[in-house]
Amino acid sequence: MKEAINEKELLKGLARNDKNAVETIYREHYKIIQTLIINNNGLADDARDIFQEAMIVLYEKARSGDFELNCQIRTYLYSVSRRLWLKRLQQLNRYSSDLVSTDNVVAVEDDLEEHNRRDAEFDMMNKAMGNLGEPCKSLLEAFYLKKKNMQEIATDFGYTNSENAKTQKYKCLVRLKKLFFSHYKNDHRDE
Amino acid sequence: MNEQNDLMILDAVERYIRGEMLPDERLHFENLRKSNSEVDQLVVEHTLFLQQMNRYAERQDFRHTLHDVHNGLSEQGTIDIEPAQRGRVVQLWQKYKKVVAIAATIAGVTAIALSMLVNTVAPATKDPKVIELANKVNEIEIKTDNLDKKIQHVDNKTNTAHNTDINMAVNVYGTGFLIDPKGMMITNAHVVKNSRNIYVENNRGERFRAIVLKLDVSRDMAIIKIDDDRFKPFSALPYGIRKTTSELAEPIFTLGFPREEIVYGEGYLSAKTGFNGDTLSCQISVAANPGNSGGPIFNRNGEVIGILSTKETKTEGAVFAVQSKYIFQALEELKGNPLYKHVQLSTRSSISGMDKVQQVKKVQDYVFMVKGD
Repeated sequence: MKEAINEKELLKGLARNDKNAVETIYREHYKIIQTLIINNNGLADDARDIFQEAMIVLYEKARSGDFELNCQIRTYLYSVSRRLWLKRLQQLNRYSSDLVSTDNVVAVEDDLEEHNRRDAEFDMMNKAMGNLGEPCKSLLEAFYLKKKNMQEIATDFGYTNSENAKTQKYKCLVRLKKLFFSHYKNDHRDE
Repeated sequence: MNEQNDLMILDAVERYIRGEMLPDERLHFENLRKSNSEVDQLVVEHTLFLQQMNRYAERQDFRHTLHDVHNGLSEQGTIDIEPAQRGRVVQLWQKYKKVVAIAATIAGVTAIALSMLVNTVAPATKDPKVIELANKVNEIEIKTDNLDKKIQHVDNKTNTAHNTDINMAVNVYGTGFLIDPKGMMITNAHVVKNSRNIYVENNRGERFRAIVLKLDVSRDMAIIKIDDDRFKPFSALPYGIRKTTSELAEPIFTLGFPREEIVYGEGYLSAKTGFNGDTLSCQISVAANPGNSGGPIFNRNGEVIGILSTKETKTEGAVFAVQSKYIFQALEELKGNPLYKHVQLSTRSSISGMDKVQQVKKVQDYVFMVKGD
């Protein structure tokens, strides 16, 4: 019972991007995933990639409002990692009929479908940001990612006042939206 | 002036969504939204955009946390692989490697001893039938040798001159070209089929990691995709892909990497079928060298009509190409995967009507060297 409460707290921490919670989960569950990957044709680097992607799946699940985990964190991470690694092996044409696995698994297909959709959206924004060029990219990152205010941004980027910085920010934003939506609308055309 | 106005509206929309408006201003804005459908549309669109931006920011932050945590734990040595936790195969190997080595040595020595024994004994019994048989085997070997030589794959295996790579030993290389601006490419199956790692490199020397999406050995065609954050997708391709068969004697040109530099070649379509009447391919007359394999074949409108694939050595200048209509077919088969459901090939070429120098200048950024190990 105590463990269940702890896991709940951990997931709350995870949803807040709390470093301690992330570290606790990492410390407790990384090795089992590493063993899974390495026993199935993978390297230490693959293990890191897969575990971190599984953590992102869990994080996004934990952040969604209707979240309820009906199994242990360990089982969930293991199930997600297992599917992710099978998919990766398939892409590399190294498909093996099944993985040598030692743990219980639960169904995670729906969660992974949602994850793939978010992944595609993340890539779209990433590409749009990448195509934006400087100084627009850094300026928008300072505002939307690092959450700096316009006064700080004006100082950092050498604008005479925050009004000028703001004008520049909106010019960049118009371009970014154009870049982003050109992909986004293409991708969601028949949905 | 107009731009200034747009920026002011966008500023208002953003402050409205972020809840940064004072009550009076908010009321005023809500009235504007009701009366002006363009403003309302902008609010809807910008809400979606800001939601996407938030998710993007959250994931970036979380990735940083993961990265920091991993490095922290790794420095402490908490999550490193300990010998005891290696894979079972590795464990077995470590445990038994001495035994295996001894067994291998014994087997080797026995084999040598046996063959020596046979050699010393055999000449004494000169059976004419055995000699005949051996000759037959030789004959068959020569025949298969000739067969092998007949169709020579236009690729360079273990070419040491190109082995300047630091990260990987290059065993096979050929050419590939983009079929969608986001990094999906076509090359020959034989260029990538035995490779574990695949890289593509453009004419500026920028290298990207790629993965195989689909391998069709019977058509000698592979769809690969650049899978590398450093790759900046293009907005569009300058060339289209032709859906129908091309006409005899149509002038064509190719671009490929027979060496570490992009090389241009020109010729014409000489037959509508390939080697021995193969209907999947066509015959072209063009100078092709090892490394050209997988390269695009353009007609004079700058449309891709085929993929250069094999070369018949006996006839000078006869080269075969997979017909471009099979690119559409291969892609259809890939669309079962939801990730690639929306990929659409363009059949329109924006470079038709340009002179060849201009055409080549426009398309060369979309043709890559494909390297595999």
